[in-house]
Amino acid sequence: MLKEPKGPRPRKVIAPGRIMLYTALAFAALYYALPLYVMLVTSLKGMPEIRMGNIFAPPMEVTFAPWIKAWDSACTGLYCEGLKVGFWNSVKITVPSVIASIAIASINGYALVNWRFKGSEVFFGILIFGSFIPYQVMLYPLVIITREMGIFGSLWAVIFIHTIFGMPLLTLIFRNYFAALPQELFKAARVDGSGFWGIYWKVLLPMSTPIFVVAVILQVTGIWNDFLFGIVFAGVKNFPMTVQLNNIVNTTMGVKEYNVNMAATILTASVPLVIYFLSGRYFVRGIAAGAVKG
Amino acid sequence: MNSIEIRDLALRFGQTTVLNNLDLDIGEGEFLVLLGSSGCGKSTLLNCIAGLLDISEGQIFINNKNVTWEEPKDRGIGMVFQSYALYPQMTVYGNLAFGLKNAGIPKEEIEKRIAKAADMLQIEPFLQRKPAALSGGQRQRVAIGRALVRDVDVFLFDEPLSNLDAKLRTELRVEIKQLHQRLGNTMIYVTHDQIEAMTLADRIAIMKGGKIQQLDTPANIYNRPQNKYVAGFIGSPSMNFIKGTVSEGKPPVFRSGEVEIPLSGYEFASQPIGETPVWFGIRPEHVVHGDAAADAPFKTTVKVDVFEPMGSDTQVWSKIADQTFRFRIDGRVQIANGDVIEVGFDPHCASLFNLESELRL
Amino acid sequence: MSAGQPKVFWLRNFPAKIAAIPMILTSLVVFIGCSIWTVVYSFTSSRSLPTTDFVGFQQYERLFGSSRWNIAVENIAIYGVFTIVFALTIGFILAAFLDQKIRFESVFRTIYLYPYAMSFIVTGVVWQWVLNPTLGIQETVRQLGFENFEFDLISNRDTVIYAILIAGVWQITGFAMVLLLAGLRAVDNQIWKASRVDGIPAWKTYIQVVIPMMRGVFVTALVIVASGIVKLYDLVVAMTNGGPGNASDVPARYVYSWLFERANLGQAMAASTMMLITVLIILIPWFYMEYGRKNKN
Repeated sequence: MLKEPKGPRPRKVIAPGRIMLYTALAFAALYYALPLYVMLVTSLKGMPEIRMGNIFAPPMEVTFAPWIKAWDSACTGLYCEGLKVGFWNSVKITVPSVIASIAIASINGYALVNWRFKGSEVFFGILIFGSFIPYQVMLYPLVIITREMGIFGSLWAVIFIHTIFGMPLLTLIFRNYFAALPQELFKAARVDGSGFWGIYWKVLLPMSTPIFVVAVILQVTGIWNDFLFGIVFAGVKNFPMTVQLNNIVNTTMGVKEYNVNMAATILTASVPLVIYFLSGRYFVRGIAAGAVKG
Repeated sequence: MNSIEIRDLALRFGQTTVLNNLDLDIGEGEFLVLLGSSGCGKSTLLNCIAGLLDISEGQIFINNKNVTWEEPKDRGIGMVFQSYALYPQMTVYGNLAFGLKNAGIPKEEIEKRIAKAADMLQIEPFLQRKPAALSGGQRQRVAIGRALVRDVDVFLFDEPLSNLDAKLRTELRVEIKQLHQRLGNTMIYVTHDQIEAMTLADRIAIMKGGKIQQLDTPANIYNRPQNKYVAGFIGSPSMNFIKGTVSEGKPPVFRSGEVEIPLSGYEFASQPIGETPVWFGIRPEHVVHGDAAADAPFKTTVKVDVFEPMGSDTQVWSKIADQTFRFRIDGRVQIANGDVIEVGFDPHCASLFNLESELRL
Repeated sequence: MSAGQPKVFWLRNFPAKIAAIPMILTSLVVFIGCSIWTVVYSFTSSRSLPTTDFVGFQQYERLFGSSRWNIAVENIAIYGVFTIVFALTIGFILAAFLDQKIRFESVFRTIYLYPYAMSFIVTGVVWQWVLNPTLGIQETVRQLGFENFEFDLISNRDTVIYAILIAGVWQITGFAMVLLLAGLRAVDNQIWKASRVDGIPAWKTYIQVVIPMMRGVFVTALVIVASGIVKLYDLVVAMTNGGPGNASDVPARYVYSWLFERANLGQAMAASTMMLITVLIILIPWFYMEYGRKNKN
């Protein structure tokens, strides 16, 4: 007998199973991280170095020229004003869209939980169902609608469309969150004589900061990343960053400047990525909240 | 022969010590209940015995075999969980057979064991059903069956009845007791319910803060609690405690304010010397009134402050030496607030605890 | 209903009803109204402007006869099946790995999930570059000495959809992983204890107990991933713009090009109606399962 078993189970410092586990996780991480790395190194290289052909090699000579060009003077078809135009367009689209969609959806969720009326659940059901319908199905009728409203081809149209298509998921998230709050608070406020709006502002909003943060993150990333609505509804002058990026990269004229393309890509991805890396927990929560349907 | 021996067991998670210096011997065929409020470490201790938690120090022996480093399946234990933990996508039969199949036990043997367990637990009618189609009580029977078919010497129960309603709990409690009588296996049973503990146990270990406060038969735990915590934990409504002093004499006397209680008949662990500050504890159900009070070794009068009729009896709140004093009287006796009643009790039934150490005198 | 006082009925909860007008309009006008409009006009001969000249199934006959549409359908089928299989299996494997009390779990999770935070346009552009036949992975590996290394999916008509698949799976797997990890964490810990006492190896517990228990989470992940697949558009536009030729076309792009580039509304409506039907085929059984069961209880 070597040693009578006593205390914790002896653990091999390096168990083969654990090593394999970590190796697998590390390889997967490498696979996921590689494109970001490639983007970054490519954007810092000059074109001659890129033509040598090793996309994984770090830049021998770091240059920020591609970044400046991407931001300031890259060409999208006829104009050569760089991505900055798209950036500001995206800001102009995203900020009001986020505010409008969250305001409406939070009120929807509130009405659905605390002020049910006949048929409210039916409308909600249609809303959830509608969130799965491909946009293409509703695209043209919405073009007609926005044209009739006189806003087609303007920022207003994109904001309007984002508010509509953000509604199902956001309403669901707010509804679920509000339903989990103690209903006694709501009843107490009603007994105290508060009405629909009074309760919304004074009782619900102060208690719901976390879910508003989740919703903002969800919407900012979602709207910033949108391409289809931007290209259809915004009009050429208001194209968001994603559309501009696509135009810069896939412009058929001239020599392809891969470093500028990659700099433009990073610039476009930077807003959602910064939000993601800063707010990982809330981002994950947004996914989970959106996945629990019904 | 001991079925389970635990030597100097400790469990720590980082800086937090959950169990410390714990020793426990459980005899063969004994029914031991680990009792305590939530967070006292009772379930943790059970998980350590099962091998589901890796201990930090000490040793565990099951049937004289050192199992400290063994996997749960090799320890010769079966376990029943609070949430039943049945495999929801398998039939009852599948649940019972899963572990056995995996251990490579021949098919006929599996069938034989399941048939026997199903018969014993009366679950044959739903062997082909899924757990979702069963009631809570039936599910818990299946969970017990899963432990039974393992054909082991030791059963571990982790609050098995806590998810059931009161009526079912009582029924299954009796069934578990019968099962123990038929099988004669060693059983360790974790609960926070003192009725379950009192009715089922050969011995009860009352735990608090990761330590065993008292390990004794239910009768001794009830009658001779070793410290104030145990005294207050067991019994419902809980014991009256009156702060005062006890002084040397024949017999020694307890004093609190105007009240003097001669402690004739009280079995001291060691006779008090001089004057000691103490808690005097007396259970409400040991207080008598009316004619019985006249014969009691100690009697006094109290004023009714509040009374709570409960049907069979009435709980009366009053004061002795300006400290809360509760007792029960027959539910048929008419009383009113402010009534003065004569009550009495036998100091033999009382418990004295040192005021500081709270240990029994 | 308060039948005696009809006016009170709609005045009750009045502010709530006012507040719900956007929701009511969206669900009725946009989701139902616009869908019906599209279906109706798919039976017309509308060109650049909608007309009510009904021509029966003509647009559908043309649609099914179109090789471009058939390629698009075939592509989305390949992309869809593989995306679902890969996203769910890789997602589950990663989730199960991360569930083993891993150090730096949040670092790994952050890396796996970040693609999901980016636009499909970004994903498409990046992978277009990584898979670039003259300067991307192929060239890099050739420079390492494997001079006959072939990894040119993107400019080959037969394989271009797999290039898009790689990018799509890269983007969506993290999402599936997060959902499935949440599902794994929701499994009662006592089930794991029971299986340890029963002596079931962990992998077997996963396959025979935990995965069947997570059916609901898998279905949810499947429905969300699948509904994203039907919408697939941006990724293709950014990565290949449907090329070479129309070899990587997908239904959403087909619709878009008939709507806005080739001015044949009827044809676009027929194609989008087919997309709608596909989604309904996925959705209705799921809705029935989710809500039908709930109503029964």
